[in-house]
Amino acid sequence: MTESKRNAGSGGGGIRMLNILDRPLATKGRGVGGSEVSLSAFSFLFSEMVQYYQNRVLSIADLERKLEEAGYGVGHRVLELLAFREKQYRREIKLIGVLQFVSSTVWKALFNKVADSLERSTENEDEYMIHEREPITNVFVSAPADISQLNCAAYIAGIISGVLNGASYPAGVTAHHVAIGDGQREKTVFLIKFRQDVLRREAALSG
Amino acid sequence: MSSSSSRSAATRAGDQAWTKMSKMNAELFNLTYGAMVMQLIRDYEDVQAVNQQLETMGYSIGQKLVDEFLAKSGVGNCANFREVAETLAKVGFKMFLGVVVEVTAWNAEGTAFSLQVYDNPLADFVELPPQYSGLVYSNILCGVIRGALEMIKYQVECRFVKDGLKGDEVNEIRVELRQMVDESFGEEYNEGA
Repeated sequence: MTESKRNAGSGGGGIRMLNILDRPLATKGRGVGGSEVSLSAFSFLFSEMVQYYQNRVLSIADLERKLEEAGYGVGHRVLELLAFREKQYRREIKLIGVLQFVSSTVWKALFNKVADSLERSTENEDEYMIHEREPITNVFVSAPADISQLNCAAYIAGIISGVLNGASYPAGVTAHHVAIGDGQREKTVFLIKFRQDVLRREAALSG
Repeated sequence: MSSSSSRSAATRAGDQAWTKMSKMNAELFNLTYGAMVMQLIRDYEDVQAVNQQLETMGYSIGQKLVDEFLAKSGVGNCANFREVAETLAKVGFKMFLGVVVEVTAWNAEGTAFSLQVYDNPLADFVELPPQYSGLVYSNILCGVIRGALEMIKYQVECRFVKDGLKGDEVNEIRVELRQMVDESFGEEYNEGA
């Protein structure tokens, strides 16, 4: 949906279309922190989205896949936006660098906070985890007992995957519930599994 | 011009409600909506079916949204359709989308008006290619208005008459009152045996 349009002539209705590539990308002041909308608007929209997918899939895993696919395109676009806006942006060539970019810069841009924590898995070399206590997709979600494993943050997992793939670090990202204990709501852990060639490249670069 | 005192009261209520709402990044909201529209286009392939589906989803949202609106905005009952229009534009849109909307073009009977939406957060990074010129990208808003108003007894029809994505200066939604919804309970609720 990004073909460039020719400017319409100034005769007739006097309508002149700005080529989409010429429109300003700077944040407009719709709220204090740049452009903002209410969390409720997003939650309503997201809930409709989940309900729409729910009618078209047969299992929880499929629903999470659909949400991840939806987030994937968003992730690519977010990467482009941030690369444009960050004044000192240099392409990350280290794995840990791109993960820090995701957990701080991307998180700050999307959710106005940094991710709760970034960890490396002890069992597998190619796995990393980002912890987030209350992803905005899950704030108003309560799943019934029979589909309690559903984590709508699969949408955010898709965004992360889109960012990483766009930055040339192909990875599969999934969202999981992790119990905290002492009665609190479960937190979400995004499990990032990098493809083998990424690890080989990383080893070759640092070796 | 309708009474300016009621308009500014609505604007103040809208601003107050907006400050109390928790916020999130508008670009993520915008991209999420884009992802959803793209998915609908992939699934339906027919532009009119997509428009209809967007309106239906908006209707479902509107029915729930009006509850939150009434709970959080603190506005009292609206006396007539004109007040409904002002409240919808100044408080409703402001509170949820953070945008300023004007009510214009009342018809003679006072049963239809236009909403001028200058800044549409749904359509920020969007361009419509020629093969989708029939797509009403922000049709979900029409559904939300219809759903919300129906819950407060006004049955309306909404449609976009001007769309910023198609070259117009502003977005304009025409809202037309069809009838007042008569709430009637089922027979089992009738009092008396």
